[in-house]
Amino acid sequence: MRAYLGRRYRMSASHRLHCDEMTDAENRAVYGKCNNPHGHGHNYVVEVVVGGEVDPVTGMVCDLAALDGCVMKEIVERFDFANLNCDAVFQKLVPTTENLNIEIYKVLKAAFTGADVVEVRVEETAKNSFAYPALDPVRAQEGKAVAV
Amino acid sequence: MQLMILLTRKAEFSASHYYWIDAWTAEENLRVFGKCSNRNGHGHNYTLEVTVAGEIDPATGFVVDLKALKDVMEREVVSVYDHRHLNLEVPEFAAAQPTTENIAIAVWKRLEGKVAGAKLHRVRVYEMPDLFADYYGER
Repeated sequence: MRAYLGRRYRMSASHRLHCDEMTDAENRAVYGKCNNPHGHGHNYVVEVVVGGEVDPVTGMVCDLAALDGCVMKEIVERFDFANLNCDAVFQKLVPTTENLNIEIYKVLKAAFTGADVVEVRVEETAKNSFAYPALDPVRAQEGKAVAV
Repeated sequence: MQLMILLTRKAEFSASHYYWIDAWTAEENLRVFGKCSNRNGHGHNYTLEVTVAGEIDPATGFVVDLKALKDVMEREVVSVYDHRHLNLEVPEFAAAQPTTENIAIAVWKRLEGKVAGAKLHRVRVYEMPDLFADYYGER
């Protein structure tokens, strides 16, 4: 039987939203206070959902300690108490939470082998959250996006 | 055209459990299950989210009778699990480990076919706020 396991992690980081291809005035117009040259920060919550067959003996989709270890090593140690704009991937990419979300998904999809990483959600604040890929995991198996 | 919509109802229960496989040595149980293998057990405040899918009744505007959904969750799950030791007092966990994954599957089986007027879409069980399991049935 296929089930999904979700785990939430926390990390705090700073960023500044600024696009070099736009003028300073355009940046201010588009990004508002997120364009403050000195940056600002958030307490991010990263929710990782993995899917797989439940092991009939252990009753588990994957080894939780292995998932925690992977996310800590690949994501939390990289971004926690860091300035996102200094990260290599954000030299050419604006560190919006959308882009951060996609980067985290790509890294974990490749790095975690204990189960399928099916979705990553990132909460930037309690009011703003993002999800990638935006798929209901059941429909994702069928390759169809669903608006829920 | 009828509109399909998802509706989620929450419930809570508190229960104790442990993870232990009799065929394994104490060392193997400790290695795989860590402190969850303590035979004296430990407990959690679980949160259950049951999501049903259905069409909105054009007259009532409801997808499902919420009181009926609440009552079936209470009768089939909460009254059986709440303030119980899952391994020792709940039949489905006599042989299977009461992991969050298995609890989600067991709740699905307890509710399947008993929610009048709507289809079970997802059962989510939070063992704690940072750990949950989802089950969507077999598709």
